[in-house]
Amino acid sequence: MIRKFLSVEDDNLQSCIRCGLCLSVCPTYKETLAEEESPRGRIAIAKAFLEGYLEVTPDLVKHEYSCLLCEACTAICPAGVQMERLEVALRADVNGKRPQPFGERLSRAILYDRLLMDMSLFRFASGFIRVYQRSGLRRFARATGLLRAFGLHKLEGLLPPMRGSFVVPKGQRWLPRSGSPEYRVGLFTGCVMSTVYSSTTLATARVLAANGCEVIAVSGQGCCGSLHFHAADFEGARKLARRNIDAFLEQRVDFIILNSAGCGTLLKHYGELLGDDPDYKEEAAAFARKIKDVTEFLDGLNMNKELGGMNAIVTYQEPCHLSHTQGIRQAPRNLLRSIPGLKLVEMEESDVCCGSAGVYSITNPDMSRRLAMRKIRNALATGADTIASANPGCMLQLYAAVQETGAKLQIKHVVDLLDESYRVARPKEEVDICLAKKQ
Amino acid sequence: MLSEKTIEELRGIVGGEHVHIGPAELVAYSYDATFQQHRPDVAVSPACTEEVVEVMKLAYREVIPVVARGASTGLAGGTIPVSGGILLNLARMNKVIEIDKDNAMAVVQAGVVTAQLQKEVEKVGLFYPPDPASLNQCTIGGNVACNAGGPRCLKYGVTRHYVLGLTVVLADGRVLRCGGKLMKNSTGYQLPQLFIGSEGTLGVVTEVILRLLPLPRVRSTATAFFSKLEDASRSVAAIIASGILPATLELMDNVCINASADYLSLDLPRDAQAMLILEQDGNDEAAVRKEVERMAEVVKAQGAFLVKVAATSKERDDLWKARRGLGPALGRLSPNRFAEDITVAPGRIPEMVHRLLEIGKEFGFQILVFGHAGDGNLHPSILFDNTKPGVMEQVEKAAEAIFDAALELGGTLSGEHGIGTLKREFMEDALGPVALSVMKDIKKALDPKGILNPQKVFPQRASRKGFIMALPTLGNDLPG
Ligand SMILES: Cc1cc2nc3c(=O)[nH]c(=O)nc-3n(C[C@H](O)[C@H](O)[C@H](O)COP(=O)(O)OP(=O)(O)OC[C@H]3O[C@@H](n4cnc5c(N)ncnc54)[C@H](O)[C@@H]3O)c2cc1C
Ligand code: SF4
Ligand code: SF4
Repeated sequence: MIRKFLSVEDDNLQSCIRCGLCLSVCPTYKETLAEEESPRGRIAIAKAFLEGYLEVTPDLVKHEYSCLLCEACTAICPAGVQMERLEVALRADVNGKRPQPFGERLSRAILYDRLLMDMSLFRFASGFIRVYQRSGLRRFARATGLLRAFGLHKLEGLLPPMRGSFVVPKGQRWLPRSGSPEYRVGLFTGCVMSTVYSSTTLATARVLAANGCEVIAVSGQGCCGSLHFHAADFEGARKLARRNIDAFLEQRVDFIILNSAGCGTLLKHYGELLGDDPDYKEEAAAFARKIKDVTEFLDGLNMNKELGGMNAIVTYQEPCHLSHTQGIRQAPRNLLRSIPGLKLVEMEESDVCCGSAGVYSITNPDMSRRLAMRKIRNALATGADTIASANPGCMLQLYAAVQETGAKLQIKHVVDLLDESYRVARPKEEVDICLAKKQ
Repeated sequence: MLSEKTIEELRGIVGGEHVHIGPAELVAYSYDATFQQHRPDVAVSPACTEEVVEVMKLAYREVIPVVARGASTGLAGGTIPVSGGILLNLARMNKVIEIDKDNAMAVVQAGVVTAQLQKEVEKVGLFYPPDPASLNQCTIGGNVACNAGGPRCLKYGVTRHYVLGLTVVLADGRVLRCGGKLMKNSTGYQLPQLFIGSEGTLGVVTEVILRLLPLPRVRSTATAFFSKLEDASRSVAAIIASGILPATLELMDNVCINASADYLSLDLPRDAQAMLILEQDGNDEAAVRKEVERMAEVVKAQGAFLVKVAATSKERDDLWKARRGLGPALGRLSPNRFAEDITVAPGRIPEMVHRLLEIGKEFGFQILVFGHAGDGNLHPSILFDNTKPGVMEQVEKAAEAIFDAALELGGTLSGEHGIGTLKREFMEDALGPVALSVMKDIKKALDPKGILNPQKVFPQRASRKGFIMALPTLGNDLPG
């Protein structure tokens, strides 16, 4: 059998010296305490597969595809092993040579190949869900067991209610209340953040504007492509990358800011993704250099201190794609601590993946749920009333877990809390003035 | 190959999901932190002593080899199931059963990770000193089975100094409870000590009673840099001679300094030929600081050109993170590394370091030097590329020369990693015929059918030649 992609990762595989340090951080190992569910085990299996000692067997597929790509192992590995690269390469070789589970086929056919390729379709589908949520249809479907009959009840429970209108990026601008802007920044709106969490994206624009930025929701942008990339659909990911680069190219912004850690990781790597494309290589690298997570950006500024008092006990859940892949650990905490009246309490295992991991909750529902429950237990143990995070995947996952357990916890983005605090400090009319001036 | 009936019986004992038998799964239980690999016939993950008892009874009846495994961070091949059979994964036995604050003792299951225990006892102001560099992943059971040490062992002693009692499942499934929650005990043979360092060849340790100390309130760490490796190695004896017993005294050569600096982007003088990490702890801040200052004076007198005291706890933590990650980080430097664990009397460290450099020159290898210099335990590492023809023969010769040099200086093969498969052919040289035959008698008495971790610790070959090359890898899956 051909191991085309994996053979490129040979050096990466060989650098593992099997010290086992990564066992201490791997979520699936913590849950199972089985070596085949650990980074070291997955690497050894991949190596044996590359060297021809293993074929595509059900147990190989099971343990390799149960990796969350959370990169906790990569972040800690002293020998420099890079798990995501390795796992994506392995999957590229194995995909098609194994039976694909229904959930995965469904997400590939509908989500990757259609909805994420075209944001207007994505919004259309999200709009449908919103109508469904608001109408009596939801109660009807639940009561009749319609969803259960289609095996969709788990998915349905995952979504928080969608409030407000979607953010359709068409060049809207937000400006500081007074003075001329210090930075001109592009807002990357993404898929889930502009629909399910459109309120957070609006909050992000407001907070940036309150901190001296001219904010532009650049038109023509779309999905970042990371779901495609992780599913080893490299062409799909490149196509989306080119489109985003084109969209932002003309705007000449200083930075491109986003509030989705998962997207940020790939956007910061567009340079490598398009490294072989002579037409885009340089633009991709330049684009990648402008990418900043909103927490990273704000923490680096001399921030506007007109923050109003709040009364909240907050614990912070580290998105893997902020801490492990981008190395951003302190910025969100610093921002939370800056809010008067907000008490930040640390939970155990803040940086252990919550089990969201892209479409993992659909493809590996059992492990995903175990990790979500683990997270909720850790969060509850702190006595917090709110979990703050900085990534839509985590927020969706935690929301679903809170629904299921009935835990008294609110799920918010760090920026939501900052925005609330600014709003407390300012009369409402004033806040609204700086919104949505069309270009 | 085991019969389907045996596998079914195992499923009945530990539950189906804790029996690992897929071809890929078996690969995951085939290695440790050396280069060796051999698949077991099956791996099982028991949850408690009772399940281990049932597995052992079955194995004894059917005469199936059993290899106990903690986290498989071993550096001697101890967990490689070279005869196939049952691999007993003890990772699920990870409960801290009791922390007895009044008596300063802890009772834990064998699979508890060393750092996990340390964290929990520190919450109540207690201290478990043994600190192998692998502490974030290795298990107490593995530490007991290898008599693990670490940087702090210079002042505080090794694992064996903390074991008060054990629960051991014997080869035939009987449960031996020895020692107890007692500080002193002269009632009969010191059976717990017998199992310390036994590397899974005499029984499966399932529970451990450990002695704890009060947690020292202050720690101070300094680094000293030298332009000559010899000056650093001489400083070790000079510090002890000055009347100070530091908590740790770690040595690194130039390559190791650079590798650890690269791993965590630390700011260390890149051209220093050697670095010592000096640490002192205690309860009186002024006294601790004074001893660190005194050590600084001593090392300066021996030629240190720079001594830095870690200013923040983050600085200190980073330093230790870098030190603990050093072994794996060295992996970035060369395709292969053969790491040793020889020990000599602390006073002979300069001589040993000199011999190591000579051996490197003689066989044409770069030999890195780092280790717990304060207690005489070094980890010389031979860097090589095993794709070069004939290189393995040379590595074997250089490794042999290192063992011989250590023995000539009155030292021994292993200070803390154990023997496993890697050093077994040198056991008679190290121990002499009488000690080795006493060990064989003990092994026979406790494991008459020879099912516990076969082929480990005892010599297996007529000569030393090929002692590395004969070890199994996946391509060479036959019993070594
Ligand atoms: C990066 C790195 C750094 C290290 N640093 C140090 C160090 O500073 N000091 C040090 O001493 N060692 C060190 N080691 C070696 C290793 O971590 C120790 O030997 C450790 O004690 C092994 O623990 P483990 O749980 O991984 O045991 P394993 O590797 O699983 O087992 C080791 C041996 O013990 C036996 N065994 C394990 N558990 C049991 C049990 N419950 N009952 C009976 N037998 C059992 C096994 O059969 C095997 O023979 C290091 C290793 C690495 C990879
Ligand atoms: S930490 Fe790195 S080198 Fe160590 S076992 Fe994990 S992947 Fe391998
Ligand atoms: S990426 Fe995450 S889930 Fe996958 S092996 Fe590494 S730590 Fe485990």
